[in-house]
Amino acid sequence: MYVAVKGGEAAIDNAHSLLADRRRGDRSVPSLTLDQIAEQLALGVDRVMSEGSLYDRRLAALAIKQSRGDLIEAIFLVRAYRTTLPRFGHSEPVDTGAMAVERRISACYKDLPGGQLLGPTFDYTHRLLDAELEGDPEIPAGATRDGPPEAVTRIADILGAEGLIEEDFPATGQPGDINQTPMEFPLSRAMRLQSLSRGDEGFLLALGYSTQRGYARSHPFAGEIRIGEVEVEVFLPELGFAVAVGRVKLTECQMVNQFKGSAKAPPQFTRGYGLVFGQSERKAMAMALCDRALRAQEFGEDVVAPAQDEEFVVSHCDNVQATGFVEHLKLPHYVDFQAELGLVRTMRAEYEAGLGAPAVETPPTIEIREAAE
Amino acid sequence: MFAQPSALEGGFARPVMDAQAVFRTVMDAMARPARVVPLNPMVTPPAPLSPAAAAIACTLFDADADFWLDSRLASHGAVVDWLVFHTGARSAPKPVDAAFALVTDIAAMPPLDRFAQGTQEYPDRSTTLVMQLPSLAGGSEMTFQGPGIKGHASIAPRGLPASFADQWRANGERFPRGVDVILADAEAVLCLPRSARLVNAEG
Amino acid sequence: MRVLALSDAETLRSRYAALGAEPPHSLLRGPETGLVMLRGRIGGTGEAFNVGEATVTRATVKLADGSVGHAMALGRVPEKVRQAAVIDALCQDGARATLIDAEFIAPIEQALAQADERRRRETAATRVDFFTLVRGED
Repeated sequence: MYVAVKGGEAAIDNAHSLLADRRRGDRSVPSLTLDQIAEQLALGVDRVMSEGSLYDRRLAALAIKQSRGDLIEAIFLVRAYRTTLPRFGHSEPVDTGAMAVERRISACYKDLPGGQLLGPTFDYTHRLLDAELEGDPEIPAGATRDGPPEAVTRIADILGAEGLIEEDFPATGQPGDINQTPMEFPLSRAMRLQSLSRGDEGFLLALGYSTQRGYARSHPFAGEIRIGEVEVEVFLPELGFAVAVGRVKLTECQMVNQFKGSAKAPPQFTRGYGLVFGQSERKAMAMALCDRALRAQEFGEDVVAPAQDEEFVVSHCDNVQATGFVEHLKLPHYVDFQAELGLVRTMRAEYEAGLGAPAVETPPTIEIREAAE
Repeated sequence: MFAQPSALEGGFARPVMDAQAVFRTVMDAMARPARVVPLNPMVTPPAPLSPAAAAIACTLFDADADFWLDSRLASHGAVVDWLVFHTGARSAPKPVDAAFALVTDIAAMPPLDRFAQGTQEYPDRSTTLVMQLPSLAGGSEMTFQGPGIKGHASIAPRGLPASFADQWRANGERFPRGVDVILADAEAVLCLPRSARLVNAEG
Repeated sequence: MRVLALSDAETLRSRYAALGAEPPHSLLRGPETGLVMLRGRIGGTGEAFNVGEATVTRATVKLADGSVGHAMALGRVPEKVRQAAVIDALCQDGARATLIDAEFIAPIEQALAQADERRRRETAATRVDFFTLVRGED
């Protein structure tokens, strides 16, 4: 229960101006520009776009600046902004096979068509702090290599050619949208993936990790990870065909997992899929692990671990929802607390009155479920 | 591709302000059922779609709310294109698939129970009908009661189907399911939400 | 339309300005910014699913001679999209379209292709060349 309390207006105004002051910090240090954030904190921007579920680099950079680098706050700002815009429609499904790849690796095959392309990765760095970056060293442009372009074949196509991996089933019809329909479990895999794609990286990472440690083991291989830009096409009814409206950077992960077969079908590898905005390899991998774990029932596996429990994973992976409910505990609960205080005083009085007598009956547990504000 | 360039013209000149003004009008009319509320359409759609019905479409339809047109409207390609271009909504093949329905040929109109009725859990997933009438006055009188109506409210729209009174009573019996209706003539609207109970109908 | 959408706003602005006086036109819709839901496919080639939204801006213009042009591009870029729609309207005239393709579109397309090629060659430089060590009985 909440009680209306008026007052504190001046305190709130002053708190907000103090926030603005602290955000700006030492005035002798130049203010950050959005270009600096978008260019030099690009992966933070990617995370805000991915979990804010809105692809717009500049908005995400602004949100990071406004939130003083608190990424969940930035994600919240982006989600809030998103609700102010009308929805014009949806894109045609992007073709990640035609991606202009900046990175593509596979842990399954050493030599595969298109090769292992490391791209701008932290892998193989020594994780030693680079004191030179305290200054502004001259950075040479990336090296280049000549040679004709080569198609970067998907891992699924290589395994699929021999029937060794489960196939994709293209379906027509509109996929559900978690923004518009209330969640009813069980969800379609399409809606589950939408939810995972904007889910909290840390939460999904921990769940993915838990599957590796034995809580729903699925023997994953990073079949393929690719990062790069794809063209987005939107169907325009006034023209009668789809046109390209721009490009977005995406990270895709194909996880190849242990087999499934039956009396009717020979054993095949199964798959988990991850697709997220921006360069976000850890998130795409964690998403693919969770996707595979959540397919337990589809494959007739026992549901024994949190990562396999759709309601648990999907209901808790959204960090805007999570932060809203956790942080709402800061709101005044004065009347609630007064009631509890009264109750504990009564219990103590009864306890003292009957000291030496048999233990007092425990009061019934009162469970109050509050709606998230 | 759109055959007629005229399909692209005649939308709201100031989309945000104009849509808000029309929304306010429709909301007031929905909050006070069976009351005629003047509406300034501010759009010029291709015939036979009336400006008032078109203004309501431009205000309420969007990419997530498909519309159904009666066969008279659907036979005018320019009307379909105009609605698609200015609202972003798509045309639904069957009345039951539509969030909104636009009806001009009242005589040939499907009965109210052929439109989406919503479900017990989500009664809002029903069709809202926009019926284009020759006039909201001069017809036979109907009296309503219900939320938003102080005492009784009487209306006499011209051009409703003869069976409308019976259909409306049946619609009320499906509550909380059922359809909501917006009646529009050239310069005004009148709303009948499903909660409006028909208590008396002439002839 | 593809090249206009992919072009960055600054490139388009400067080339548009170089065209000379802007042809008179009226705005039939927009420029207005909204969202499109970006879709992917499960597993890359399977059933479609919604990944998340992107900001997008669209515009439709009409020139004095009645030609209509449309444009849509990712981002909050009203000026870019209005200019792209005007270019699209100009291209409705066959002869004008040939001229615009050659003098306006082709150079932008070429610059985009060069940038793409540069990035491809940078990525190619990070390709791993495995060498096989002597093994087994060989």
